[in-house]
Formats: sequence, C-alpha cells, structure tokens
Amino acid sequence: MPKIKTLDDLKKIKESTMDLTGARSQGKTRIIIGMGTCGIAAGARAVMEAVMAELSRRGLKDVSVETTGCIGMCQDEPLLDVIHGGESRITYGKVGPDDVPRIIAEHVVNGRVVEDKVIGRTD
Amino acid sequence: MGLYRSHVLICGGTGCVSSGSLEVLEALKKGLAEKGMDKEILVVSTGCHGMCEMGPIVVVYPEGTFYCRVTAADVPELIEEHLYKGRVVERLIYKGEGKASDVPHYTEIPFYKKQHRIALRNCGYINPDSIDEYIARDGYAALVKALTEMTPEAVIEEVKTSGLRGRGGGGFPTGLKWSFCARSAGDKKYVICNADEGDPGAFMDRSLLEGDPHAVVEGMLLGAYAMGANEGYIYCRAEYPLAIKRLKRTIEQATEYGLLGEHILGTDFSFELHIKEGAGAFVCGEETALMASIEGRRGMPRPRPPFPANKGLWGKPSNINNVETWANVPSIIRNGGEWYAAMGTEKSKGTKVFALTGKVNHTGLVEVPMGTTIREIVFEIGGGILNGKKFKAVQIGGPSGGCLTKDHLDIPISYESLSQVGAIMGSGGLVVMDEDNCMVDVAKFFLEFTQAESCGKCPPCREGTKKMLDILTRICAGKGKPEDLEALEYLGTMIKETSLCGLGQTAPNPVLTTLRYFRDEYEAHINEKRCPAGACTELTRFIIDADKCIGCTKCARVCPADAITGAVKQPHVIDQDKCVKCGACAEACPVKAIDRR
Amino acid sequence: MTTTQEEVLSKVREIVSPWKDKKGGLIPILQQAQHEFGYLPPEVVQAISDEMLIPLAEIYGVATFYAQFHLKPRGRHVVRVCRGTACHVRGSLKILEKLKETLHVTDNGTTEDLRFTLEPVACLGACGLAPVMTIDEQTFGRVRPEMLGDILGKFE
Repeated sequence: MPKIKTLDDLKKIKESTMDLTGARSQGKTRIIIGMGTCGIAAGARAVMEAVMAELSRRGLKDVSVETTGCIGMCQDEPLLDVIHGGESRITYGKVGPDDVPRIIAEHVVNGRVVEDKVIGRTD
Repeated sequence: MGLYRSHVLICGGTGCVSSGSLEVLEALKKGLAEKGMDKEILVVSTGCHGMCEMGPIVVVYPEGTFYCRVTAADVPELIEEHLYKGRVVERLIYKGEGKASDVPHYTEIPFYKKQHRIALRNCGYINPDSIDEYIARDGYAALVKALTEMTPEAVIEEVKTSGLRGRGGGGFPTGLKWSFCARSAGDKKYVICNADEGDPGAFMDRSLLEGDPHAVVEGMLLGAYAMGANEGYIYCRAEYPLAIKRLKRTIEQATEYGLLGEHILGTDFSFELHIKEGAGAFVCGEETALMASIEGRRGMPRPRPPFPANKGLWGKPSNINNVETWANVPSIIRNGGEWYAAMGTEKSKGTKVFALTGKVNHTGLVEVPMGTTIREIVFEIGGGILNGKKFKAVQIGGPSGGCLTKDHLDIPISYESLSQVGAIMGSGGLVVMDEDNCMVDVAKFFLEFTQAESCGKCPPCREGTKKMLDILTRICAGKGKPEDLEALEYLGTMIKETSLCGLGQTAPNPVLTTLRYFRDEYEAHINEKRCPAGACTELTRFIIDADKCIGCTKCARVCPADAITGAVKQPHVIDQDKCVKCGACAEACPVKAIDRR
Repeated sequence: MTTTQEEVLSKVREIVSPWKDKKGGLIPILQQAQHEFGYLPPEVVQAISDEMLIPLAEIYGVATFYAQFHLKPRGRHVVRVCRGTACHVRGSLKILEKLKETLHVTDNGTTEDLRFTLEPVACLGACGLAPVMTIDEQTFGRVRPEMLGDILGKFE
C-alpha cells in the first residue's frame, strides 16, 4: 500500500474511489431503462449491459443508471430514457445494444438528442 | 474496479444487526450472485442510519429508496422486482404518515428531512470498514490541508471561529480548551477521545464509532497537530464490541496509508493512537476519572485545578474531547470555521446529535441545528407520541439532565436555554414520556442510577444521593411525609454545590426539575397516597367497574392471589388487601371493566 | 474445568508479559484474565500480584471498582437486561422481574446449575429497540415477558 504524502496522492485515491460512492447520489445525467417483463423479453438486459460497458469504457462519472417497470409502451421496448441535466426527459424506443454508444456519445456527453430514435418527450 | 449501476446499502449497526441485518446481507449477496447480477450491483454494509426501530434498513441507490424491517425472506422479491425489473416493492417501503402510493426519496422522509447532518454525514452512507470510501467523501482532506497549509495556531483559530463546544455535556468551547493545552509547556502531550458513553438513553457516540470511525480519528489527528501531541487514546466502553472492532480496523488502515505513525504526509508530525477498553464505570466519563482509568487505577475523579491541559494523563498536558466533538472537527477545518458558525444560535453554534427515544413514534438518532425546538424534534421528526397518547415530559441530558414539560416545547435548544430551565444539553439523550409515566418514578429511576454509579470519594454525592433515594423510595411506596419535599430540595441544592465532580453536581437535576414542574404528582403521592400515572405499583389500585362487569369470572380465574370474588353473571369485586397489583385481571377482562388507578 | 496451579501461573505469565515494562496495564490484564478464566479467582489475582509486583489490595481495589470484573464463578450464559431510560419507560423492569422469577436468582446472581447469570446493566445503547436484553453476544429487542421462555430455551 503506497503511503499518502501529498494532496495529489489523496486526490488520486479519491478519484479512483469516486465510483465507490458515486452511485449513491443521483447523477447529473440519468439513464433509465425499462425493465418490465416486456422490456426484458425485448432485450432490455442486453441494452443495460451495453450502457454499463460504455460508461465504464469512457470513464463517465456522474451518470446514474436506473431501472423502471413497464410504462405501457410495450410495442416500442426496449425503452431507454435520458434526462440530461435539468432538461426534459427523452424517451428512446426500440433501442438495441448497438444504439447505446451513439446515444451516450451524442446525448449524455454532448447534450444532443438522437432524434431518429426518439419516441417521446416529457417535462 | 468495475462500475456498478446500483448500490444496495444495508445497515450493519448494532440496532439493525440485532434485528437480523446480517442474514439479509448474506441473502442479498447470495441472491445477486445466483442471478449473475453481482457485477452490476454492489452490496455495502454501512453504519447506523439512526432509525433503529425500523431496522433492518436497506437503501437502494441511485434512487434512494428506503426499505425498512426487511427480512431475509423478502430478499428474493427485492432482487427480482426492484433490482432486476426496477419496480419498487411497496410493502417494504417506509410509509410513515404518508400514503403508500408516493415513494419518497430517503432524504424526503420526515424523519430525515428536517435533519442537518454534519457529524453523522457518513453514517449509513459509507462502508465504515473502507478507508477508500471515507476518502471518496473528502475524508482526510482536512488533515492534508492542515498539515500542508496551516500552522497549529491557525487550526486552533479555525476551531475557535467555528464556535464548536464540547458535545459530551459540559459545552466548554473546544478551541479555547485546545489553546490551553497547546500553551502548556512540555514535549509530551496526549489527546484523548472520551468514548465511554454512559448516559442511559444516549447512543450517538456508538453510532459514530460504528458508522464513521475515520472521522473521529481524523479529528483527533487535527487536534494532536494543533496542540503538539504525538500520542492519543480512545477510551471506549467495553459494552460496544462492534465499535471497538471497527476502530481497530480503522487504525490499521490509516497506518497503512501513512496517516498514522511516523512522519505523517512526510512532515515532522507523528502520531500514535491506542484503544483502551473501559471496564464499566459511569464516573469514568468525567475527564480526570477517565485518565485514572487509562492509567490502570480506580476511576475516581480528582479536584481541578490542576486541569488536564496542564497535568493530565501520567502528569502530562492532555486534552479530552468526546466522540461527537472530534467527529465535527474535520468538517470545520475543511469548510472553515465561519461555515460552521453560520448554523445554530448566537452562543451555541453548529448542529447537535440527539438520541430520541422513549414513547415516541420514530426513535433514533437525529442531528439538527442548534436552535431547533423540542416540538420540532418530538413531533415533526419523531412523529409524535406512541399510540396517540398525550405528551407529558421530555427528559434531556441523561441522568444529569432535567425533565421538561409541554410548556418548554417551543424553547429553541441551546446550552444556555436548557440550563435556564434546569436541564442540560448533556450528551444529547432525549427521552420522551407520556401520560403513563410517573415523574416521581422517573426521578427515582435516575437517582438509582447515579447513586449506584457514585464512586464514593466525596461525601455529598456518596451520602447525599443515598438519602435522596431513600426519600423517593418512601414516597413511591406511599409512605411519604409532607416535609420530604423540602428535604429533597435542600439535599439536592447542597449536593449540586458541594460535590467534587460533574456526576454529583448534576445528579440532583432530575429530582429538582420534576419537583419544579411536576410538584402536584409528588403531592398526590404523599397527601393522597395516589400515583396519578398509575405507574407506582404500591400505590396502584385495580377496581372493577360494576356497570361494565359482565360476571364472566375470567379475572377471578387468572388472579394469582385469589383476591377477586363474585358470582357468575354478577359484578365481581377485588379485595384490595389481598391484591398483589400484578395487573393480570385487567389484561384478562374481555370488556375492559377493570380500571387501574 | 479444573486448572492446576502451574497452568494458572503459566497462563497469567503469558497475559502479563506484554505489559511488564509498560504503563497502565492492570485493567487490560484483568480483562484478559477474566476472558481466560471466566472470572477472577483468588489464585489468579495472587499470580498477577506476584508477577506485576502490584499489591493485592490495589488489584482488588480496581477489580471491585469496575462493574465488568467478577470475583465469583459465572454462568455459561450471561443474560443482560438493559435498565437504561428508554428501556425503563418501555417496561424493562417487568422483563427483569420475570427473569428473576423464572431463573430463581437475584440481580447479578447465577443459577445453581451454572447455566445463566442475570445482570441488569445501565444501557446497551440499542435504545431504538427498547426494551432490550442480550444473552452472550446476541441481542433481543422489543422483548415482552411472554417471549422469555422461548429466548432462554435457545441457550443450553
């Protein structure tokens, strides 16, 4: 175990451990995945795994990943919602694992909604 | 380290463990592994959430969903529904007074909403066995700041600016106390943490040590640096085995990181920390007695001066603060004294942790800014009195404190306001009493405690409390005399003024305050031989209401003393001379015809 | 358990050795000795006195001052009933009375078969679960008198 000598040493430990407690507050950006029976049947688990892999690959902090039950738009599952900052909640439909990197790069990182996948917008 | 989408925090404090939280923890880990979800969901055992009565407590993040009274049998549903499908398990949600339909975030629950957590900020939020989680929450940043940017004098100034006062009971300004020890000559000095939490009804120190032990250690490090001490002791009750275990782990981890030991952060500051297990003596909460106990002697206080700041442990300059005081220090150094001083009242700054217990709906630990009223704590945070009964009194400050009435509910709590009405802040025990509690019995209860714990060194405390207890016992047995009340007041005042240490000086408080605010109850015991609350057994009468009695004979059959007579379907009667006041008849009566008076 | 004089002596030597040239060792030594022997029998106290060169009177002075130390044998299981304020107002006296009646012992007494020792204690710090009792390391919260038979039955 390296000894802490400076503020930088401490900061390094802090950075690397942010993940430890980061998930305990709602992130600035929230990704919400529909995990109703319909969502799971349509492949929502694979979408969620893709989200986790992408966030991890990019080292993104301050993004929380939540799951939710069926919201009644079963024909469009898997559903994935993004709430970026204080903006309105964007719902993407028929999301596949392949769409995930694009949504994260465009919407989560750069704040640009991926229009061709949007099926709903709520405030 | 992988990324986890969700963290499930489960309370591993003493309260929740005894309600079965370890079984829940095991079931969660096993269940998640079976579903292959252990890589995406992290299970963390934390310290106390403060709401012990609702335990075991489980909080699911990032949503902040607060589940209570969770059992191992509930775990499969919790995993399948919430963690897998994202559907809240409503039946386990904390409901409080609200409707089941809206699921509040942890912090929106009334019990937590009004709280402002500084000392308790990490309790129930981090894994207390992980120094990394503490660091992730800005832990040890204050130590680095002090050692690299601040002189010892500047640290003391910052603590003075904050207005922090001793949280163990005395309320002495912490910065000032530190400056005495810092000024004292000597190359060997000690800092000591008083974790001999002895007040019955107070458990904030235990929760802090169990839930955020690094904060206490960091606070002590800052104090040691400021005062020039290189060795420290934590004197912890042996009744707190989990706290001691966590502290040992904490010291190991901090030593591995070089935050304890020689040349901390590469500076000339070195600090060695020991844990001492107490051996069960309430008086050891007094600082000179505590030091005698660390030295391996009988824990008896000695007169001051000399003060510990000049002649303390093994005759060296020493500084003692209690757990909560130390735990506040890192936040003060990190955020600045002004930040802390912005909270609270004019003379009592910051926040205070109270242990809310007794006849209140939500018992637990409550941290609120100084100046909060007793009403807010009991009725808003605590959710009012149990079973819809009437509020009668609140006992503040443990055996050294006093009983306050409904007329005091709107007093903003501060060191000054409480001592004005005859109570003290003490360590922050807040025991709520309802109409069924007899105030004479309560006063007697506290005096039994202090009397048994009196160390016997000085006569006022040793003999005086014994005499007071004799009188109270007599009153509760219905043998009181009118002149007893004056004798109690005389003795109480004398013991307060002449005892050697804080134990004796405050021991009469519960009696004196109840005499002041509930004199009518004493008078009823003495003049009418009656206990208005029906709590003092020897004064209680069980009487059958002839109009209500249906003559079912149930009471006569359960009476162990054959004191009840009456024909079938005729009203029964209790022979008061034979009655042993066990109350079995009242419990057996199907029509509630038996009154307790 | 029978322990010979030599065994007592060698165990005591082991316990006191880390404290020989350190300050403040008496209480930790007594704690360790009690942990080892279950209580503090006279021969153990005598051995500590001989090894540490501390007068017997001083050791007994310390041992009788603190509630933790016991000079008489104890039961296999220690039942502690919290008599703290929160437990008192929620009826812990009834629990204590019922236990005394069931076990036929007084405060701090031990049953004849050495199965249980009953101790009222000041506060166990689990006030949220009042009334509280512990048996050995296990805590029982929200105890009602009618639960005691089942609870005691778990300990042989």
